[in-house]
Amino acid sequence: MTVDPSLAELSDRLFSIAVALYSVAVVAFSAQLAFGRRPARELVPAGSGGADAGAPAAPLRSDRWGLAGLAVTVLGAAAHAGVLITRGMAADRLPWGNMYEFATAVVLVGVVAYLVLATRVPAVRDIGAFVLAPVVISLVAIGLFLYTETGPLVAALRSSWLAVHVSSAILGSGLFFVSGIASVLYLLRSRQEAGADGSFLSRLPGAATLDRVAHRTAVFAFPIYTFAMIAGAIWAESAWGRFWGWDPKETWMFISWVVYAGYLHARTTVGWRGRPAAWVNVVGFAVVLFNLLYVNMVSTGLHSYGGLD
Amino acid sequence: MSTVAPPRPAAAPPPPARPSLGARAWGLWLRWWRRLTAMRTAIVLLFLLALAAIPGSLLPQRSLNQNAVRQYFADHPTLAPVLDRLYAFDVFGSPWFAAVYLLLFVSLIGCVVPRLAEHVRALRAAPPPAPRRLQRLPDSGELATALPGPAVLDVVEEELRVRRFRVVRRDGAASTPPGPAASGPELSAEKGFWKESGNLLFHLSLVALLLGLAGGKLWGYEGSILVTEGQGFCNSFQQYDTHSSGALVDSGDLSPLCIDLEDFRAEYEEDLTAASYTADIRYGGPGEEGEPATIGVNDPLRLDGDRVYVTGHGYAPRFTVTLPDGTAFTDVSAPFLPSDQTTMSSEGALKLPDLGAGVEDQLALEGFFAPTGLMQGGVLTSIDPRPLNPQVAVLAYQGYLGLDSGLPQSVYSLDASQIERGRLAEVGRANLAVGETLTLPDGTAVTFTGVSQFAALQFSHDPGQVWVLAAAIAVLVGLLALLFLRRERFFARVGPAPDGGGTVLTVGSLTRGGGESATRFAELTGQLRAALDERSPTPSAPPSGGAAPEPEVSPRDR
Repeated sequence: MTVDPSLAELSDRLFSIAVALYSVAVVAFSAQLAFGRRPARELVPAGSGGADAGAPAAPLRSDRWGLAGLAVTVLGAAAHAGVLITRGMAADRLPWGNMYEFATAVVLVGVVAYLVLATRVPAVRDIGAFVLAPVVISLVAIGLFLYTETGPLVAALRSSWLAVHVSSAILGSGLFFVSGIASVLYLLRSRQEAGADGSFLSRLPGAATLDRVAHRTAVFAFPIYTFAMIAGAIWAESAWGRFWGWDPKETWMFISWVVYAGYLHARTTVGWRGRPAAWVNVVGFAVVLFNLLYVNMVSTGLHSYGGLD
Repeated sequence: MSTVAPPRPAAAPPPPARPSLGARAWGLWLRWWRRLTAMRTAIVLLFLLALAAIPGSLLPQRSLNQNAVRQYFADHPTLAPVLDRLYAFDVFGSPWFAAVYLLLFVSLIGCVVPRLAEHVRALRAAPPPAPRRLQRLPDSGELATALPGPAVLDVVEEELRVRRFRVVRRDGAASTPPGPAASGPELSAEKGFWKESGNLLFHLSLVALLLGLAGGKLWGYEGSILVTEGQGFCNSFQQYDTHSSGALVDSGDLSPLCIDLEDFRAEYEEDLTAASYTADIRYGGPGEEGEPATIGVNDPLRLDGDRVYVTGHGYAPRFTVTLPDGTAFTDVSAPFLPSDQTTMSSEGALKLPDLGAGVEDQLALEGFFAPTGLMQGGVLTSIDPRPLNPQVAVLAYQGYLGLDSGLPQSVYSLDASQIERGRLAEVGRANLAVGETLTLPDGTAVTFTGVSQFAALQFSHDPGQVWVLAAAIAVLVGLLALLFLRRERFFARVGPAPDGGGTVLTVGSLTRGGGESATRFAELTGQLRAALDERSPTPSAPPSGGAAPEPEVSPRDR
């Protein structure tokens, strides 16, 4: 298993290209927010259309900004996926053997989830700046602090469970990020709707749409995350001799699972619906982030595959 | 746990007189029980559980790393004992952690068991009668047709049965209080019981999972031991370097199994990343020849209820000690613990307390082992984890080791207090390559003859883990059903059209879960209309309300 240096270099170059494209998308989405028309208050569920009689059918200039942002985001996501594909090919293995690769993949899942939502629920397109700006910031941080040379996997990671456990963990975490961002925006937007100050927040999708997007995404992510936990336990049983041992990573995954279980319950409980439930989702988001960063970088445990010294 | 609180009496009627003590106690118990099993309590308990787990990851835990706990005690001599009294170093076995999860599970059971009974009842009961005003349902609409009323309901029933609804027809006037809105025969249909079944399966499987975990903890044990190539061990607590066992484990009743390590191999990539560790072992009952097997990382030996793992490895340098009188101890060795996993530089000690009759002094070697040694500025370092050029830097001591003093001491180092007290004196030091000899002042020759590998093996017995796996899979299946299936209720009622010709069909539906109900409802009513048109002699006239049923959008979906 040798590393192909030219592919590894291509991977690093694609990383910079992805960051550059995403930055352009942030500019485009910001322009949409700055120059955009204020959408009519969303009385219609996104997608059903029709009732917004005042809106002309042809796309306005601001919509063109939004579409441009979306197009550039798609290109960025392609380059972003290329980072992982070329890395995997360079080392001839799945490209999630260290924290740089894992974090890059999580961010990619977030971007793709946003793109899927934006095509299915057009109103969600308007939150582009709020998704892509954190994406750019995290990618820059990943490139600066987590970068690891392309290399082979350590012995413990050479198992088919790597594909199962880590893929589902990446998928679950990436979707939770989108859900968390939607809940943060919901909290901002619902306060703005109540107080009605005319800030740019009024150009966001309606609070109810944001809340629904947050919930749907979390509902989709939760079983995946549960599956990641079970697959991890099965792998731990054959790699470390026990299926659960309160290793820091395991503990924090447990904590985040419990918080998200709380969110799903809270959203259907009188007294917790709306803003309190959204806060729970934001806490879950923070826990997942903490698990990704603190547990890999600061604490020592069996999951210390970060490739960082 | 209930998403909709079952109807409960708002308040007990004021007691007529002082109720008996028993009744009051029962009332109090009932009040607390309801409070405990309420959904808000469950949410709060979930949060408490998450909070309670946090110190377990931030503070060192005895179950994970005893040394880290000892270090914490040394670093925080005043704080550590206080924390220890609060079980801060055994969080996951602490009474308060157990209190939180047991309360949560009691709350869960208290919520799920009544729902289970209700669900079983609902499975057997007919779908509930249609509400009086179908237009008030989240999704509703009206269709006009030329067909007579009963024929319309026949068509609707057929269409619904094809879609696997359970359908019941009622004579509306008889089953509901008479009134203007509740006239005419009606139909109730229901499907999607699997959603609630999934919900119950999810929660009950969590209970099963907890029971499996508890059983595994009570009847499970594990032991760890370092085994050098050519040596072996048998499954007994006396032999293990460290072991832990559940409260109900009888140490005389462990599975009779012995393991011999025949060969150990560590393979490395070009950049010295460890690629694989494999151990060739033989296993079998005591005294048996044993079956050969190869185990490694991610590939344990699995026997009925027992598992044997390779959890680590290292080097055990071999020495031949020749006393001045010619007595030779050939190839004695001791495992040296790796202090750096990337270069496998290791530290350890070889103790020879009994050199034969007439030799008073005990001998010990303490030192540093480098699988690929390199002298840098007079200091031996290791540059490669593979044994390409094994070298040792040893200090030789003679005197009294203190092994029989009654105080436990590490096998990997000498007792420093014996050296301080001068009972153990350094008598020589050297850096040796394989074949080189250090001769001590009294004429004793210590030859570095080579190196063996040792494997850290772990023997685990957990009778609960298959149970836990089955429960975890059931949790996931229940979760998928709970989150992605939907329960649908569909109601229809026919009445004469206001203008006298034909029939007006009023339909409404109530959906739980599954997202966008409006589009699905519109689709279903569209299909009903098509089916009605097919049967009716003339195409149905547009209903008075509009061309198509206007699905009213539920507030949830806005």
